[in-house]
Amino acid sequence: MSAVLTSMPPSISPSPPALLIRPTRGLAALNLRDLWLYRELIYFMTWRDLLVRYKQTVLGVSWAVLQPVLQMVVFDLLFNRMAGLSAEGFPYPIFNFTALLPWNMFAHALNVASRSLVSNRNMLTKIYFPRVIIPLSSIIASVVDFLIGSVVLVGLMIYYHLQPTAHYRIEITPALLWLPAFFLLAFISTLGVSLWLSALNVVYRDVGHVIPFLTQIWLFITPVVYSSREISASWRVIYALNPMVGVVDGFRWAILGTQAPDGSVWVSVMAAVAVLLSGMVYFRRMERTFADEI
Amino acid sequence: MSDYAIRVQNLGKQYKIGMAPNRYRTLSDALVNLFRPAGRAAQRGYIWALKEVTFEVRRGQVMGIIGRNGAGKSTLLKILSRVTEPTEGEAEIRGRVGSLLEVGTGFHPELTGRENIYLNGAILGMKRSEIARKFDEIVAFAEVEQFIDTPVKRYSSGMYLRLAFAVAAHLEPEILVVDEVLAVGDAEFQRKCLGKMSDVAQQGRTVLFVSHNMSAILRLTEETLVLDHGRLAYRAPTPQAVDYYLAAGFSQEGMRLWRAEDIPAEAVPFRPIALRVCDGQGRVVDSLRSVEPITVEVEYQLDAPITGLRVGIYLLTMRGEYVFTSFDTDDPALFERFSVRQAGHYLSRAVIPANLLNEGRYLLAVNASAFRVKRYFQDEQALAFTVDGTGAPGKHWPEPRLGPLRPALDWKIEKTA
Repeated sequence: MSAVLTSMPPSISPSPPALLIRPTRGLAALNLRDLWLYRELIYFMTWRDLLVRYKQTVLGVSWAVLQPVLQMVVFDLLFNRMAGLSAEGFPYPIFNFTALLPWNMFAHALNVASRSLVSNRNMLTKIYFPRVIIPLSSIIASVVDFLIGSVVLVGLMIYYHLQPTAHYRIEITPALLWLPAFFLLAFISTLGVSLWLSALNVVYRDVGHVIPFLTQIWLFITPVVYSSREISASWRVIYALNPMVGVVDGFRWAILGTQAPDGSVWVSVMAAVAVLLSGMVYFRRMERTFADEI
Repeated sequence: MSDYAIRVQNLGKQYKIGMAPNRYRTLSDALVNLFRPAGRAAQRGYIWALKEVTFEVRRGQVMGIIGRNGAGKSTLLKILSRVTEPTEGEAEIRGRVGSLLEVGTGFHPELTGRENIYLNGAILGMKRSEIARKFDEIVAFAEVEQFIDTPVKRYSSGMYLRLAFAVAAHLEPEILVVDEVLAVGDAEFQRKCLGKMSDVAQQGRTVLFVSHNMSAILRLTEETLVLDHGRLAYRAPTPQAVDYYLAAGFSQEGMRLWRAEDIPAEAVPFRPIALRVCDGQGRVVDSLRSVEPITVEVEYQLDAPITGLRVGIYLLTMRGEYVFTSFDTDDPALFERFSVRQAGHYLSRAVIPANLLNEGRYLLAVNASAFRVKRYFQDEQALAFTVDGTGAPGKHWPEPRLGPLRPALDWKIEKTA
């Protein structure tokens, strides 16, 4: 021990800045400054989530590709060939896959993030760091899966683009420039819902039981296996309250060139922002007592 | 201008009663509560785990914190390390707070030693460059070179703990918080923690040390806070604070009376009544002179005969070191005579000879047992009393004498050449 300690410089800064600990009230401390100070922790936690997810698996990261592909195959079989759902004239697999990518990011992040605080209980009760890092890094890990999965999408696009007798055209259009915006919408929605659920789960473990249900039902109120054109115009505004509706419509428009989203996309945007803001407030309010309640 | 590392003002933390860890509420509880009369929720009650605590710790000071279980020690540390927020008041902290409690926090069994060092370092608030710089040192310190790329789930528990401790030990916090009460690990590991702590203190860093171990507190700290029921009861240089803590709750009259509720059921048929210390004139007093004999008296009732009973005392210093043990039937002849002690009212009395004890405060413990058969009654902290050294041997030199005894030995000085 002494060998180690003698090599440590007595590096005490003349007067370290003071940190004030006091009861926080209201939104005063969303504490973005701390989040910035701890940015490396976000990186490390994400890295841990990814490492752990694929450790001791034979196929490793290939699962990030296999999962959505298998899903696509099953959905194609069930909803296209058996139920005969239309794909706005596009081949069903690619039509489905453009929705599966953001949807899986959303559903998977929801699943992991909502349990994340509870499963990292020992960290929460022992040391300080901005609590939001825990759900946030599970979400970012899902983004990485999303990026890996998009390789498949590119492959699908090339494959269908080269089909000689196609009655459709898969091409890169200027609408693709909008993709980052819709990705952001997906991210905001994911973060907002995850903040709510993870904080709720600390106090009410019921949330853990609700999640599988919730994602299943949410899948069917989102146009993943079907086209949103099936929804009658009078319901569209209410339908678009689900922010994932705007995300999926946007993805399909940007990638496949389906009909451009109408005004109802703004309903999705506002819903996503509302969920995020309220989620931040709720999370912040609960954060104070996480260590006591968890 | 004060150069403090920690300044705490009116700090308070309120908990809901029943909000113990792992006792989470369910949604249905909340729904049920919705339909109850409004006043109902408030009735659940709150307790202050910490209330109106104010103190300062200078930079480089080693401050001890002692108190009984539930006195608020851990709550205080949790607030200072920002794990939980106070309900009222404020604390000002200058410098990075590190804790040896955090050992292994965030370690993941599936990750390798290398991966865990980086992860754990980041969780403790180290920058990546800082971890990279200290990486080799950490590995060497933990002695896990060959296993650094093995998942830690394959580590022995000793290796695991060493690695975890190595990371925490390299954090170099300006303020180190040590909660020995909660510290895990074997004696060797705890010794390492204490060693690390005194090293840190010698480097001029600030240390907050919570412990139940009075000798560790005395050895390592200069000043100590005594917490009692969430309040700061006393703050003083450590020896006084420890005396205060140990003496708190003891009567100051040289006599201890046991009430019925103090006596456990297994004591039957032995019923302790009183323990007294008397001075040379037979007066029951709290303060006795070392130059006079001290009489110790145990009064008790036997509701039925007991075979082989011995009633005795332990004398301890306030630090908890034993000075001696003595039983009323230590004399074989007496033991023979009282081989069966009949029911009745008894007084066992002994005299501690004059010129034996050093000045200071002492603790008496009482034991009533039948050797290898049954312990009827034991009170580890029955009574405290003070020995006044006026007139004791060597008093013409105004210096404190080491050790609990100050006997008047029969010295002879011979000139042999």
